[in-house]
Amino acid sequence: MSLSTIMTNYFLRHVQVMLFSLGQLWRQPVASLMTVTVIGIALALPAGLFVLQQNMTTVSEQWDDSNQITLFLKTTVSQVEGKQFSLDLKKWPNIAQVQFQSAQQSLSEFRQLSGLGDLLDSLPNNPLPAVIIIYPAEDIVSPDAIGSLLARLEAMPQVDQAQLDMEWLQRLRSINKTIHRGISILAILLSLSVLLIIGNTIRLAILSRQSEIKVMKLVGATDRFVRRPFLYTGFWYGLLGGILAWITLMITLGVISGPIDELIGHYGSNFDLQWFSVNMLTSLPSIGVVLGAAGAWLAVSRHIHMIEPN
Amino acid sequence: MIQFTDVYKRYPNRYEALSGLSFHLNKGEMAFLTGHSGAGKSTLLKLIALIERSSHGQVLVNKQNLTHLPKGKIPYYRRQIGLVFQDHNLLHDRTVFDNVALPLVIAGENHREIGRRVRASLDKVGLLGKERNLPIALSGGEQQRVGIARAVVNRPAILLADEPTGNLDPDLSRDIMQLFEQFNKVGTTVFIATHDHDLIRTLPYRQIQLHQGRLAQREVE
Ligand SMILES: Nc1ncnc2c1ncn2[C@@H]1O[C@H](COP(=O)(O)OP(=O)(O)O)[C@@H](O)[C@H]1O
Ligand SMILES: [Mg+2]
Repeated sequence: MSLSTIMTNYFLRHVQVMLFSLGQLWRQPVASLMTVTVIGIALALPAGLFVLQQNMTTVSEQWDDSNQITLFLKTTVSQVEGKQFSLDLKKWPNIAQVQFQSAQQSLSEFRQLSGLGDLLDSLPNNPLPAVIIIYPAEDIVSPDAIGSLLARLEAMPQVDQAQLDMEWLQRLRSINKTIHRGISILAILLSLSVLLIIGNTIRLAILSRQSEIKVMKLVGATDRFVRRPFLYTGFWYGLLGGILAWITLMITLGVISGPIDELIGHYGSNFDLQWFSVNMLTSLPSIGVVLGAAGAWLAVSRHIHMIEPN
Repeated sequence: MIQFTDVYKRYPNRYEALSGLSFHLNKGEMAFLTGHSGAGKSTLLKLIALIERSSHGQVLVNKQNLTHLPKGKIPYYRRQIGLVFQDHNLLHDRTVFDNVALPLVIAGENHREIGRRVRASLDKVGLLGKERNLPIALSGGEQQRVGIARAVVNRPAILLADEPTGNLDPDLSRDIMQLFEQFNKVGTTVFIATHDHDLIRTLPYRQIQLHQGRLAQREVE
């Protein structure tokens, strides 16, 4: 027999065992479908959350460049003093640009925007403070650098309050980081349960075929031969579960992408939600296959060698 | 072909099933293993098939010393031996063809060779027309023939049978015995455990008789 014939035989045998294992699943459609569904959900859940979280990250990154600081000056600071103060600040190396707005300007701007002119006229004096808007230098981008600039400005005697305009963005970002960590943990836990679900399913399959395994060993089957169909069963569970997860995810994202695009549109951003899902297409079934094979391996390595004819 | 030298078998519960057993079976010989129920017949065959290991003494089969055969080599060793059981040990969710083909599939034979040999084997036991049936659709005698076809399909040097006619009526039993004789005639060493004295009384083969795990004094030639 030539080497190529041997290789062909070997390959054919594997294909046969693969199809045999698939046939075994097909023979118990309800039980198999239930297992595949559980695996699909367990994979789809963290994957879907990752997609949403990815989108959140992208959105928050698009708003990255708008980190200006607003200083509210104390009312005891006169207009001249305030103007001078803003010119002093402009000399700081970590400040690129300043923009002074007197209390009077603040008031007229407010009057314009709010349309509450009559009400303001009835007030005895101007309740609004003078404001300096600070644009930090280009290299001041990290949250730490901005934070320390903010603290220094707030400590100045003329300043009543210093506010990072995009403080909420920072908060969003740290929430985002927390969510990411939470999803990662969830993903690990759910992967572990997929591993155990498949391992346990294969274990039950092995136990239900105990007498068959004994007969096979009596007519000369090696452990490796007995193992093979069970490993392929794990492979199929993982693959089918992964594909189901992907389908579930595509449908879900299809349903929610409209409203999400609309939401994001309100904030002046737009991008294609589907793009991430295309990446999932390849990764979900492969993750499923890896988990399925590993779970099956766990079961066969523990049980097959213990089943001996007696 | 099969040689026992001072063999003891003690089960984990300290029960001594075989004690100081020595005998020799020649290549191409056919012999019966007899004795009361519990005498140790099955235990002896299990030692030959390496389903159990001897506690003491030496078992030589086909020039191989079984005492030191590593566990990983057992499957390959078993492929030289055909085993027939009282309860057939067939796979009930596979066809007659697939059952008989099992040893060849395990040995990695190619498709065409498997088909050829399975049909030849089924032909010898007279079941050629039933290869697509499931075992449950067959009678007890037919199931046992499937078991025999499976045991001989990879042309083993040794054929072991443990009470192969235990569940069969006398006529069917005689048919089965004739089958074994046919395989012996073409050179296979055949060793059959049975307590059916009526069946083998008239047959011209050696009887190795066990009594409480020991060789009984009388050995019928
Ligand atoms: N796995 C086992 N564990 C403990 N004792 C056993 C085991 N198998 C057989 N025996 C005991 O060994 C003795 C011989 O049994 P066996 O070889 O089956 O006899 P036979 O086949 O001649 O009826 C019996 O007394 C039986 O109870
Ligand atoms: Mg017995």
